[in-house]
Amino acid sequence: MTRGPSPDLIPPDLVQSSKTTVHRRAMNVLGPMLGLILVVFVGGVAEGVREGSLNYWSPQNQCLILTQTVTVALGAIGMTLVIISAGIDLSAGSLIALTAVASAWVVREFAPSDDATLSGQAAVWIPLLAVLVGIAVGTLAGATNGLLITRLKLAPFIITLGMMSFARGATEGIANMQRIDAPLNWIADFTAANLRVFHLNLHTAFPLPLLGQVRIDWVGPVAISAAVLVTGLLAVAAGVLLGRMRLGRHIFAIGSNEATARLCGIAVERTKCIVYALAGATFGLAGVTDFGRLSVGDPSTAMGKELDIIAAVVIGGGSLNGGSGSLFGSLIGALLVAHLRNLCVHLGLPTYVQKMVVGAVIIVAVAVNHLRERQKD
Amino acid sequence: MLRMTGISKAFGSTRALIEVDLDVRPGEVHALVGENGAGKSTLMKVLSGALQADAGRMRLEGKAYAPRGPLDARAAGVAMIYQELSLAPDLSVEENVLLGVEPTAFGFVRRHHMRRQVEEALRLLHHGDIRPGARVGDLSIGAQQLVEVARALAAKARVVVMDEPTSSLSQADTEVLFEVIRTLRDSGVSVIYISHFLEEVRAVADRFTVLRDGRAVGTGVVASTPTAEIIHLMVGRELAEMYHRTPHEIGEPVLDLSSLTGRKIPRNADLVLCRGEVLGIAGLIGSGRTELARAVFGLDEVVSGRVRVDGVSTTGWKPPRMLKRGVGYLSEDRKTEGLAENLTVLDNLTLSRLKPYVSFGLLSRSRAREAAGRWIRRLGIRTLGPDQPITGLSGGNQQKVALARLLHQEADVLLLDEPTRGIDVGSKADIYTLIGELAANNKAILWISSYLPELLGVCDTLAVMHRGCLSEKRPVSEWTPDAIMHVATGGDTVGSEAAAPAQPEPAAPAAGHAPQGNAIDGRDPSADEEAGP
Repeated sequence: MTRGPSPDLIPPDLVQSSKTTVHRRAMNVLGPMLGLILVVFVGGVAEGVREGSLNYWSPQNQCLILTQTVTVALGAIGMTLVIISAGIDLSAGSLIALTAVASAWVVREFAPSDDATLSGQAAVWIPLLAVLVGIAVGTLAGATNGLLITRLKLAPFIITLGMMSFARGATEGIANMQRIDAPLNWIADFTAANLRVFHLNLHTAFPLPLLGQVRIDWVGPVAISAAVLVTGLLAVAAGVLLGRMRLGRHIFAIGSNEATARLCGIAVERTKCIVYALAGATFGLAGVTDFGRLSVGDPSTAMGKELDIIAAVVIGGGSLNGGSGSLFGSLIGALLVAHLRNLCVHLGLPTYVQKMVVGAVIIVAVAVNHLRERQKD
Repeated sequence: MLRMTGISKAFGSTRALIEVDLDVRPGEVHALVGENGAGKSTLMKVLSGALQADAGRMRLEGKAYAPRGPLDARAAGVAMIYQELSLAPDLSVEENVLLGVEPTAFGFVRRHHMRRQVEEALRLLHHGDIRPGARVGDLSIGAQQLVEVARALAAKARVVVMDEPTSSLSQADTEVLFEVIRTLRDSGVSVIYISHFLEEVRAVADRFTVLRDGRAVGTGVVASTPTAEIIHLMVGRELAEMYHRTPHEIGEPVLDLSSLTGRKIPRNADLVLCRGEVLGIAGLIGSGRTELARAVFGLDEVVSGRVRVDGVSTTGWKPPRMLKRGVGYLSEDRKTEGLAENLTVLDNLTLSRLKPYVSFGLLSRSRAREAAGRWIRRLGIRTLGPDQPITGLSGGNQQKVALARLLHQEADVLLLDEPTRGIDVGSKADIYTLIGELAANNKAILWISSYLPELLGVCDTLAVMHRGCLSEKRPVSEWTPDAIMHVATGGDTVGSEAAAPAQPEPAAPAAGHAPQGNAIDGRDPSADEEAGP
């Protein structure tokens, strides 16, 4: 027997290049991206065939979808952190409702008069206060999740399931089981698609092979909301946090192998608390945008939204076992879900079909991810 | 370098450590050997601060050393490398090496700093070939182990403890690790090496300390101490009893594989296993031994070829049908596959065959318990009783439960994948004896193992796998460790004439210690006494 590491005894895979690593990372991002492109392409063609129009593809509609995605996308940013750390947060939907109602409550209570709109200086600082309160309430609730999970050493599923019901109840309590009507304010403008990119008037019809005569009514301003920009910026910031900062790498380490993380001196409990608090903050911001979109604080809003948010993260390559997931992927996932819903409307499909389609796509997306992983082994 | 004196530790009424002394010199590899439960892990937990000793003192580099936790120990220069790898598979090599001590500026990780530090550590280990940016989960087990060592180096460890580091490594990876250990030693780091494999101790360690029942019963220089003496210290039992053979006769064929081919491996495996035969399958990890057993048992897909049991084709059958046919499989992965970790001994034992205890659709626990009790006695399983959780048992006894399950389901053909991995010497001896007895009872046994001495000591016939190809089976007397390694590492075309015949030269020191010779030559089934402790 040869002694010592004669070169031919070193197994070839020991000298592993990082090729697979690069490939895996690229595929994790490209996979959901390709899925989205596929949905958009097939959806447009389907509309052409079924309705004889191509309005789903219009820039106006695409921007509308972006604006509609904001709430889920914001939530998905926080949920990505949670899921990478091998946790889960089921209270996302309830926290969105809680913070939406809390911000509405602030606007209503601090409004100087019963006018339908705010005026003067109050028009600036009252909504600002509402936004801050919304985020603060979300952060606090998230931190509570984190503290309970780490102190009681209970599964995140259980704690956040409890928080889901508790927060919903608290929301209804604050709102006194009713919608909170608040004066109009800039939060509504913030979430409305009023940042015009350009104006487009395309009104035409032409024959296409296979599809026949196809109508195009691409009319009106192409605009997005400020909230879309804020969401994008926040996602970039969270991406930097995850990829480049110590905290982010620790979140990956905890999700990948918690025992190791602990052994290496990572403050696992504290990191988890921070993760749930940050997630709570994004749910808070999502709640504020929900309030802005509806202009009222509706205690029954965002019911079941946590599932859309989790679906977005999972479609985007997040694993519920922790250790993997990407912000870009999660955003694509959120967009994919929004596209499917919008598409169903354009195809004139009833809501029950929408739900079935979204459910099927989640399963297909995760199955494809899983197959890809397995092929590598 | 490190001196532990008079360390005692009790858990309730159990005295795990009794005034243990351990003296590790600078730049030496010190082997810590002993059966499972001898107190090795407890002693190392005291050293790493995971446990506090009841009595005794520790000095590290002349200074008093009393770690309050693993972090403290790490800061003082004591690094542990655990049996189960403690890496985050989703992070890169560099992130794993510096996990928890990343160089940062304003919370941002300083990548280039990180890379330089890690490249430095890997170069020290002569393994600059591992890319710092690679994802650890994509690396082989051997390379992952090197990442662990690099982590210890990066932490400026003075004492590195390795707890059974080779338990999941192939022979080649083990050699690489040994070279790394020598490199560490030559750079002045002390290595405490815990292992069940005495030939590893012989290959890599300078001195040794033997623990038995919580006491340090002997220490010395490895080179000047015969292996037999070390084993004697460990078990208080003679070496010749290790590979104990029950006389048995090889009967008619029962399992017949013809050009069995799986999805990737195995490739065209031909094999005939007879009743009363113990057939060993040697080969490196990843050579397709496990896949062969899984394909036979119907766990993995069979792409082409045929499996016949008692002349009936069972190709493509699923495990439940194979079980009914009398084929049982013992997984190499006791923890995740072999046993249900949160169930009791009883549940684990009877899991695959509850039928005899069911009447009118209801399970009679008392009857099942009675039967389990019989198996516990029959195999000498050390447990508090059938209702004890399986996790409360030592590795060796857990493995006996897994074996008992196969016997309980009345398997005639036993596919055993690494049945003795990670278990103590006493339990190993018990299992060897048991396998001999099973063969004597006309059962057919296919035994996969990476541990050549036991294959050579216990099997009747032996075949070797290399890259999915199975060599011809030959009587074990025609094999030597050299010949096996020759085939296993692809030195020859598998199955060719040149592969097998025994080479005249004596076995290499690393693998060749006394029991092989004993076992191969000493085929006379004398000494019928129980070899268990």
